[in-house]
Amino acid sequence: MKDILLGNEAVAAGAYAAGVKVVSSYPGTPSTEITEAAARYDRIWCEWAPNEKVALEVAIGASLAGARAMTCMKHVGLNVAADPLFTSSYTGVNGGLVIVVADDPGMHSSQNEQDSRHYARAAKLPLFEPADSQECQDMVLAAFDLSERFDTPVLVRLSTRVSHTRSPVALAEVREQTVKEYHKDVAKHVMMPAMAIARHAAVEQRLLQLARDAAGLDQHEIEIRSEKLGIVTAGIASQYVRDALPDASVFKLGLVWPLPVTALRDFAAKVGRLVVVEELDPVIETEMKAAGIACEGKDLFTPLGEYSVALLRRVLSGQPNPEPALPREQLGTAPPRPPVMCAGCPHKGLFMALSRLKLIVTGDIGCYTLGAINPTNAMDTCVCMGASVGMAHGMDKATDGAFSRRTVAVIGDSTFLHSGMTGLLNSVYNHSDSTILILDNSITGMTGHQQNPATGRDIRLREAPAVDLEALCRVLGAASVRVVDPADTWQVEKVVSEEVARPGVSVVIARRPCALIPTGKGRPENAVQLDRDRCRRCKACIRIMCPALTAGPDGYPVIDPNSCNGCGLCIRVCRFDALKLGGDRS
Amino acid sequence: MIKKLDLVLAGVGGQGTLVAGKLLGRVALKEGLDVRVSEVHGMAQRGGSVITYVRMGPKVHSPVVEPGQADVILAFEQLEALRWAHLLARGGVLLMNESRVVPMSVGMGQARYPEGVADRLQQVGDGRATVRSLDATGLAREAGSEKAVNIVMLGAMAHCLAIGPEVFIEAIADVFSPRLQDLNRKAFEAGFAIMKENTGV
Repeated sequence: MKDILLGNEAVAAGAYAAGVKVVSSYPGTPSTEITEAAARYDRIWCEWAPNEKVALEVAIGASLAGARAMTCMKHVGLNVAADPLFTSSYTGVNGGLVIVVADDPGMHSSQNEQDSRHYARAAKLPLFEPADSQECQDMVLAAFDLSERFDTPVLVRLSTRVSHTRSPVALAEVREQTVKEYHKDVAKHVMMPAMAIARHAAVEQRLLQLARDAAGLDQHEIEIRSEKLGIVTAGIASQYVRDALPDASVFKLGLVWPLPVTALRDFAAKVGRLVVVEELDPVIETEMKAAGIACEGKDLFTPLGEYSVALLRRVLSGQPNPEPALPREQLGTAPPRPPVMCAGCPHKGLFMALSRLKLIVTGDIGCYTLGAINPTNAMDTCVCMGASVGMAHGMDKATDGAFSRRTVAVIGDSTFLHSGMTGLLNSVYNHSDSTILILDNSITGMTGHQQNPATGRDIRLREAPAVDLEALCRVLGAASVRVVDPADTWQVEKVVSEEVARPGVSVVIARRPCALIPTGKGRPENAVQLDRDRCRRCKACIRIMCPALTAGPDGYPVIDPNSCNGCGLCIRVCRFDALKLGGDRS
Repeated sequence: MIKKLDLVLAGVGGQGTLVAGKLLGRVALKEGLDVRVSEVHGMAQRGGSVITYVRMGPKVHSPVVEPGQADVILAFEQLEALRWAHLLARGGVLLMNESRVVPMSVGMGQARYPEGVADRLQQVGDGRATVRSLDATGLAREAGSEKAVNIVMLGAMAHCLAIGPEVFIEAIADVFSPRLQDLNRKAFEAGFAIMKENTGV
C-alpha cells in the first residue's frame, strides 16, 4: 500500500513495522511529529519524557530488557542526551535501539546549526541519513536490524527538509512485536572501569566490522553516469544533486558512518573529478581525505545554511538558473512578517512589565524568546534549555549581588521541568539572590502543544499526575513562591519588583494557559469592545502589538472579534477606560 | 502524463496552506505521480509568513521550489504574493487572493501596506506571466466559512492544471471529515467557477 507521509511520520511507520515497543522523546522542531505519529499506533508505548537524557535512558532500559526501542529529538536535544549516548555505545543492546536526531540547517526554528553527524564519530555509532519519506521508513527498519546484528545503538539523522516534506511511501510489511529474553550481563551492562576497558575494545572492533560487513543493510545507491564528475553525497543534499547534475555519477550514502572507504575508493577511481556535497560540516570529506581519497568539498561549498539546486548549478554545472518572470528587484520590497506573540498570549503582559522595570532578563527556549524583540525588547540572553536559571545566578555572583537586584530569569513550564529544576536547586544551595519567573502556560507551546509533567495529561491525552510547581519550587528550597496572572501586567510589575528586592531565591509563577489551547481560547462574544467617545487615540493599546488589535486609518484601535481572546491586557493598559470586555454590559 | 508541476502556496499562519498542500499531495498520488510537499512548521501558528512547496512529476527529487521555477503560485494574501512572486517561472500563473492580512509593523503604523499589488504584479509580469486576483475570502464566506479560503484557491488553481477537478473532489473526500466535505466541495467549485468566468474557458 502506498501512502503519502511526512518524513517524520515515515520514521514512525518504519519503527512500527520494525516492531518497536517503547518510544520515549522530548519534543523539538523539526523532530516532534515522529513521536506524535508513533503514538497513533496502539501497540507502541509512547511517552513524552521531561528531557532527552531521560528519554534515551528509558529507551536504553527498554532495549536491554529485550524490546526494540526508539527515542527522537532535535539536534540540540542530542547534546542533552550525550551522556547516556556515549556509554550506551559500550553497553550495546539487546532489543534494537534507534536514536533519531533531526538537524536544522538554515535554523528555521533553532538556536544553532550544529551537525549531529559528529556524534556518530565521537560515540563510535553507526548513522543513517535518509533523503525522503520512503528512505525514512526503510532506513529506520534497517537501523533496527543493524542495531541487533552488530549489538549497537544506531543513529538516524534527519534534517528539516526531510522531516517536514511529505512524499509517497510504499508501506513496509509489519513485523511482530517481540521481546527478547533478558540476560543479566554485568561485564557488558555495568560500565565501571574494569568492564568498560574491555567494552571499549569491543566498540573499536565493532566499528571495523561495520565498515566491512554492513552490506545488505547499508542502503547505499551508486549510479555511474559521467566519467568526468562524481559526487559523494547523502540525505537531503543528494536530492539537490540529482536535480542540478542529472549527468553526474553519484555515490549516495545511506549508512554515512562508518564510511564504506573501499567502495568509495573504487568509485573515485571511476571518475575524473570527485566532489563531496554535504550540508553543514565536512564530515564525509574529512574522512575521505584522511583515507587518502582526493576530493573537493568545502573549498567549493559553504558550511552555512541549506543548499539548493541553484547553488549546485552555479558551482558545478555552469548551467544557467531559471530567470524569474517577476524579478524581485522590479517588485519592490514587502514589509516583513516576523512571528509575534499571539492574541491573548499570556507572555505579553509579563514581558511588558519586565520592559517597564528595565530588568536584565536571562531568557530560555520557547515562544517567550519573542520577548527579546519588539515591542518589549526585554531579554538579554538565550542559550539553551534551562540556561536562564543558572545564568541569573552566575550574574549575581559575578557582580557580588549587584545584578541580583535587577535581574530575573524567565523559563517556561516545560523548559523548567526539562532542565531548569536543577538550576534552581543550585541557586538555592549556593546562596543565590536570584529571581526566577516560571511562565506556566500549561503546555509545551513552541513545538505545537505537547503535554508535559505539569499539564495533567500524557501523550495520548489520558489523565496523568500533574506536578505541583509551587510545591516543587518550595521543596527545592525557594524562599518565596508566588503566583500571578501575567495578563494583569501591573500586578506582575508589583510582584516582580518585590521579589527582585527580596534576598534569597524567589520564584514567581506567571500562570495563564496558552491562548491556542482549549482552556486558553477566547470566545468572539467576549471580545473586547471600544468606546469611541472615551478613546483619546493615545495608542497605548496599539503598542501591545496584539494581532487582534490594530491601528485603524483614523487612529482608533480596530479589534478583530474573531482573533481577540478576551485576555484583557489592552483594557488594563487603557488609562481612559475606553475598552471593555464584550458581554460585560456594566 | 504531467512532466513536471512546481507549485507554491504562500500565506500567513492560520490560512490553511498546510491543509491545501496535504490535499495536493493526495491529488498527485491519485494521478500516479511522484510528489514532494515541503512545509516549514516552526512559526506557522504565530502569524508568520508560511510557504509550502508542492512538486510533482514522474520522479521528483528536491522538495524546494526555487526562484523562477514555479508553474503556479497560489498567494493567499496580497503581501505574500509580493514576497514570493520571484519564484514564478516565465509563462507561469500567479493567483492572488485579494484579501489583506496586516502584519504587525503595519498594524502599529510603522510600515505601510503596499497599494496596488495586483497592478504592480501585472505590469512587471506583462508578457512573461499570467497574474489573476480573486476574492477567495468572499467566495469562501459564500460557500459557508471563510476558513475554506484555501480550498477556494485550490479550485482556482485546478482550473489552470491538466488534472481533472474530479480528482480534487476525491482528494477532498479523503482529507476532510464528512462534516466538512460539503463546505469544502462548494468552496472548491466556487474557485473553479470564478476562474472559468475570468478566463472564459
